Amino acid sequence: MTKGWTLYDPRLAWMLVAPVLLLLIFFLVLPIAVMMVYTFFTFVTAGVEQATLTLANWHEFFTDSYYHGFLLKTLRVGAMTALICGVLGYFPAYFIWATTFKHKWLLLLLLIVPFWISFTIRTFSWINILGEQGVINVALLKLGLIHEPLPMLYTEGAVILGLLHFLLPYMILNVYVSLESIDRTLISAARSMGCTSAQAFREVTLPLSLPGLAAGLLLCFVLAAGSYVTPLLLGSGRDALFGNLIYDTIMGELNWPMGATLSIVLFVVLGFFAAVYTRYMGMSQIVKGLGG
Amino acid sequence: MATDQQTPRPTSAGVSARPALGDPDRPAVEFRDIQIAYGKFVAVRDFSLSIAKGSFVTLLGPSGCGKTTILRSIAGLVDISSGQISIGGRRVDDVPIYKRNIGLVFQSYALFPHKTVFDNVAFGLKYRNVPKADIARKVGQALAMVRLPGSEKKLPSQLSGGQQQRIALARAIVFEPEVLLLDEPLSALDANMREEMRVEIKKIQKATGITALFVTHDQEEALSMSDRIVVMNAGSMEQIGTPQEVYETPATAFVADFLGKANMLPGTVATADGVRAKVALAAGQSVEVVSPRPLSQGTAVTVVVRPQKLFVGSATAGNRLSGRVVSTSYLGGSAIYEIDLGDKTIVRANNAIAGPLAHEGETVELGFDPRGCVLLDGKGLRIA
Repeated sequence: MTKGWTLYDPRLAWMLVAPVLLLLIFFLVLPIAVMMVYTFFTFVTAGVEQATLTLANWHEFFTDSYYHGFLLKTLRVGAMTALICGVLGYFPAYFIWATTFKHKWLLLLLLIVPFWISFTIRTFSWINILGEQGVINVALLKLGLIHEPLPMLYTEGAVILGLLHFLLPYMILNVYVSLESIDRTLISAARSMGCTSAQAFREVTLPLSLPGLAAGLLLCFVLAAGSYVTPLLLGSGRDALFGNLIYDTIMGELNWPMGATLSIVLFVVLGFFAAVYTRYMGMSQIVKGLGG
Repeated sequence: MATDQQTPRPTSAGVSARPALGDPDRPAVEFRDIQIAYGKFVAVRDFSLSIAKGSFVTLLGPSGCGKTTILRSIAGLVDISSGQISIGGRRVDDVPIYKRNIGLVFQSYALFPHKTVFDNVAFGLKYRNVPKADIARKVGQALAMVRLPGSEKKLPSQLSGGQQQRIALARAIVFEPEVLLLDEPLSALDANMREEMRVEIKKIQKATGITALFVTHDQEEALSMSDRIVVMNAGSMEQIGTPQEVYETPATAFVADFLGKANMLPGTVATADGVRAKVALAAGQSVEVVSPRPLSQGTAVTVVVRPQKLFVGSATAGNRLSGRVVSTSYLGGSAIYEIDLGDKTIVRANNAIAGPLAHEGETVELGFDPRGCVLLDGKGLRIA
């Protein structure tokens, strides 16, 4: 006699989760563990390493300020990108939420249209805009406003611009979702008690949309700080971020142990920020959730 | 007692600072020929009403009848298409919502989830530039009034639904608005809490003397709380009167049906002798009625009898009908019978229990006092 299965059988739950769980274990947890082991391997020469355990890689990372500089710059660019995203992204999100336009879905669709084009190609497009032969420089030269091309491409500004282009939809969607969850009668209530619409925004809408803004900031920060293609295409050597450093170490110097060390460093640092931030943000989410 | 409003309102240009003092007879709220339309859809038409200071008026009607739209129009949350609205004698059609000095209580409580109870209640005072010390005192008084003293530091999420609605009430009355608007404030509460809040709201309204406009679809709430009830249907007013008036003498078939599910027996006047008439019911039997004015033979009328005025049993005075019991619901102190008078005409009788119950399938006698009914004409309007 076989025992009957019910819809909420715990065995069924495990079976449904199993594929994802296995995927995560074999393609995420295990590779990271292997990388972790690699950080203790000995680098012999380009492309050759020995399984002799050593702390040399970690020692090099902790003592060489070259790496620290890269790490700080990466965090700074990530933070700046996230903040600019927050400021620029809030307004469109607010507009989409507040509009009485019947086909809101169309506006939301417009947000994800850029995702239909490859991220690399979208990044490349900036070369045609910012480059010496790009749209802006050519136009300004033709108009006689400048006499030599402005150095816009291959700067940190270009990198941040490229990152903004990539990350803004994430920010807008995050803020939009959190605005959408606000009970609009709260705004009517605030208005009825004497608030102008600007005051009602400050008292009700803004504070209640902060969780979405906070989530957007974290997402943009982590994605920007972990970026690699954008600085490679739009930045000069000086504008390389930590991701590019890892790439160079592994693909250029063929130093796998050091590359693994740097990868783990970036993983731990960004993970740390995400964890601390989520913990803090989680609190406000709970307060908001209970408030319904 | 109705205190004239003394709330310091921010005086700013654009709003006439006409004092609301003086004439005590001036209605607290007045609607004149209001029409509210959304595109082609007319939500409210030809609505005129004046609400006396300190009174409790209820807009009662099914969902979609326009009652909430009217309430929202006073608040300034809905624009009126034509007509005019005055609050305390001041026309407010062009006054923005935040300068109207009204207190609003919503069905969903609408407490600010990120603010403490104190900050919620103090909100309206803060925007009226009330000094800090006064704010603390007034918030304390308001919380005492809704019987939640000492809850200042709590967040709304730490309170039950009933408590949240009491805080919402405190928040709406603390700045002594000229009118308190209650938009189905009890609908989100469970049955026990609803009754308690009903009594509480009424008590607070009486104690403060505030003018209240209450919106509900629940006839029991309307009957038990109101000084006057405005029965609404499909965007227009069906009847206005005291709870007793609208219940005892419904002006239209809609009111009779909506309030208390009255029995409606269509028929024609068979013989008439002054105000007394015999009506031949479509169901086959005939009843005697007393009309407020003489009827003429052959007139189509509908006899409206409340279930409480239709008595089951052979000892009934006045009219005598007979029917077959379709169902009996025993409620302890009383019983509700559904009785078939023939030809599929089912009537309901709600009687206090005296003697044995009549059971399903039994043939019973029933009747009502010829004066205990209301007559409607062919158009469904009360013959008066």
